[in-house]
Amino acid sequence: MTIVSGVDVFAHLVGQPEAVASLRAAASGTGMTHAWLFTGPAGSGRSVAARSFAAALQCVSKPVGCGTCRGCHMVQTGNHPDVRFVVPEGLSIPVALMRELVMRAATTPATGRWQILIVEDADRLTEAAGNALLKAVEEPPERTVFLLCAPSDHPDDVPLTIRSRCRVVTLRQPSPDAVADLLMSRDGIPAELAAMVASAAQGHVGRARRLARDPEARTRRAAVLAVPRQLSSVGAAFDAANGLISAAEAESDAATAEIDAVERAEMETALGAGGTGKGAAGAVRGAAGQLKELERRQKSRATRAQRDALDRALLDLAGFYRDVLANQWAAPVRAIHSDVHAVAQAAAERWSPESTLRRLEAVMQCRTAIDANVKPRIAVEAMMLSLWKG
Amino acid sequence: MSQASSPQLTPVLLVLGDEELLVSRAVADAAARAKVVDPDTEVREFDASTLLPGELAGLLSPSLFGGNRVAVLRGGQDAKKDLVAVILDYVKAPDPDVTLVITHAGGAKGKAFADSLVKAGAEVVPAAKLSKHRDRVDFVTAEFRRLGGKCGNDAAEALIEAVGHDLRELAAACSQLVADTGGRVDVATIGRYYKGKAEVSGFTVSDAAVAGDVPAALEALRWALHAGVDPVPIADALADGVRTVARVASAGRGSAFQLASTLGMPAWKIEKAQRQARGWTPEGLVAAMQAAAVCNADVKGGAEDRGYALERTIMAFAAARQGGAK
Repeated sequence: MTIVSGVDVFAHLVGQPEAVASLRAAASGTGMTHAWLFTGPAGSGRSVAARSFAAALQCVSKPVGCGTCRGCHMVQTGNHPDVRFVVPEGLSIPVALMRELVMRAATTPATGRWQILIVEDADRLTEAAGNALLKAVEEPPERTVFLLCAPSDHPDDVPLTIRSRCRVVTLRQPSPDAVADLLMSRDGIPAELAAMVASAAQGHVGRARRLARDPEARTRRAAVLAVPRQLSSVGAAFDAANGLISAAEAESDAATAEIDAVERAEMETALGAGGTGKGAAGAVRGAAGQLKELERRQKSRATRAQRDALDRALLDLAGFYRDVLANQWAAPVRAIHSDVHAVAQAAAERWSPESTLRRLEAVMQCRTAIDANVKPRIAVEAMMLSLWKG
Repeated sequence: MSQASSPQLTPVLLVLGDEELLVSRAVADAAARAKVVDPDTEVREFDASTLLPGELAGLLSPSLFGGNRVAVLRGGQDAKKDLVAVILDYVKAPDPDVTLVITHAGGAKGKAFADSLVKAGAEVVPAAKLSKHRDRVDFVTAEFRRLGGKCGNDAAEALIEAVGHDLRELAAACSQLVADTGGRVDVATIGRYYKGKAEVSGFTVSDAAVAGDVPAALEALRWALHAGVDPVPIADALADGVRTVARVASAGRGSAFQLASTLGMPAWKIEKAQRQARGWTPEGLVAAMQAAAVCNADVKGGAEDRGYALERTIMAFAAARQGGAK
């Protein structure tokens, strides 16, 4: 996420005036507390809000959150010594990491006013990691602030004991217009494309930007939206499922393979690979365990990337069926996928509203199933068959 | 592996393979044969990876007091270069009073050593793991013959199904049966002594469930759970069964070999699925696949009783299959 310095720190928080007002007030001293929980739908800017708030807290000029002073600048570029980020790459945040961070968070701030710990995806805390964090949140050191982010469709995923000790900031889904405006003003995206991707991304700012800037992401989306027309038989349903899974695998591979190789090469060098002389070969052999551990972490990251990619595809698909349903009821709402409007209209004439609803349910059930650790292939196959049958 | 009729001893024996039972039998046989010739034969064992060439030379040179000796060298594949040289040198002119037995795992490691031994005239005793079903049946029938009993192929099959694939357990079962029954063993005898199945995989369950044979599927499921198979692979196998039938059925008619490349499945799997596909309708397959997806969530913590979740899926398959036939 590119953060431009020089403008107000809250400028990138799209369409959230209430949240911005209360955060700004807290940063200047009214209603400040030691633990905050940012909730909101995916892409609404939870981590942006947390980061902006941290910048405002470390701001050394007036009014707070100027975006130009040293404090604001360092937080926004991720260099502030008193602000620590936890961005989980794997499926969960392990307890060992949390213990270490909690210990460091207890120290006195080095330069700023506050010692800040930002946990993105706090819903991925394991139970043990949550307990480790809870101890710190229960009895916070005097100048320490915890900023936790969690998607609002799963606020329950953050343990109740933590939730009850936090001040909750609820972000709402930004309107397509607000997202389109941001894309046009900040990234210079043409108006027509910006409007299309803003509604297709369903309020997810990051996803909208990705769609606008990456033609491959648009191709993948088009392939997903073509699925409903391809389901002509049981065999076709299995082929479509296979296509969806392979696309998700390819996407996650492309995202992680390069980093994996670099990480592995770095670790091997650190452990003495390629060295010559007595004992060099033995040292590398002894390090096999560490490499295995690295591979395990990389695999966890790849699994998550794959599931995220699949979930994006399923959301696009759900959006299509929602458009069909809106068409059937002639509901006065804007279509999510405006570019395939004709297909949705044709489908609306062919299907009954009940069967469209059943299809929409099947997509949502598939997402729940994958969340519950069902093998993605099996869940997607079952969904495709339901979509075919209607 | 009957005892040698001639008192002439083999000077060098190579036991090739990694089936532990067969290896230990071959070694014991060699020692027993030597003891027939000379009851005072001394048997000593060594590990090839740690034995020094000098020790071996001392061992193989003629003894002052005469008498026969058996030297067993375990793990020939791990022998170091200098030890190999000494052994190959010895094999050219072996001592008639010494029987040298070398065991070798038979893999790629140390293959050159094994090959040179064979070329130099060592007698080879095969002891490879039995991987084919046919070989196991032959082993069981041969085992009964060796113990002075008799058994048909059907009885051997029944015994393998009940006891499992481990040769040591099979051999123990054979000797127990011969001792208890006096030698004549048939299917009924095995049914009396062994109840149950030793090895049931998820695919056994899945095959029966997809074919619509509920009693067989439930029985196989119970045996599989009893034998300690985890419910998750069973659930995966159930889903795989439906997927295979659905994909084969929708591919239309055609020979299994033609379909094999388009479907990316082996031909035997396609043939089996074509047989199972009779009785399934597209709607039935949809319902079955949904049941399989629910089952997958259930065995991963979605249900209280994972065994019951699997049973319910088998029943759901049967209902989906019958519902489609109407």
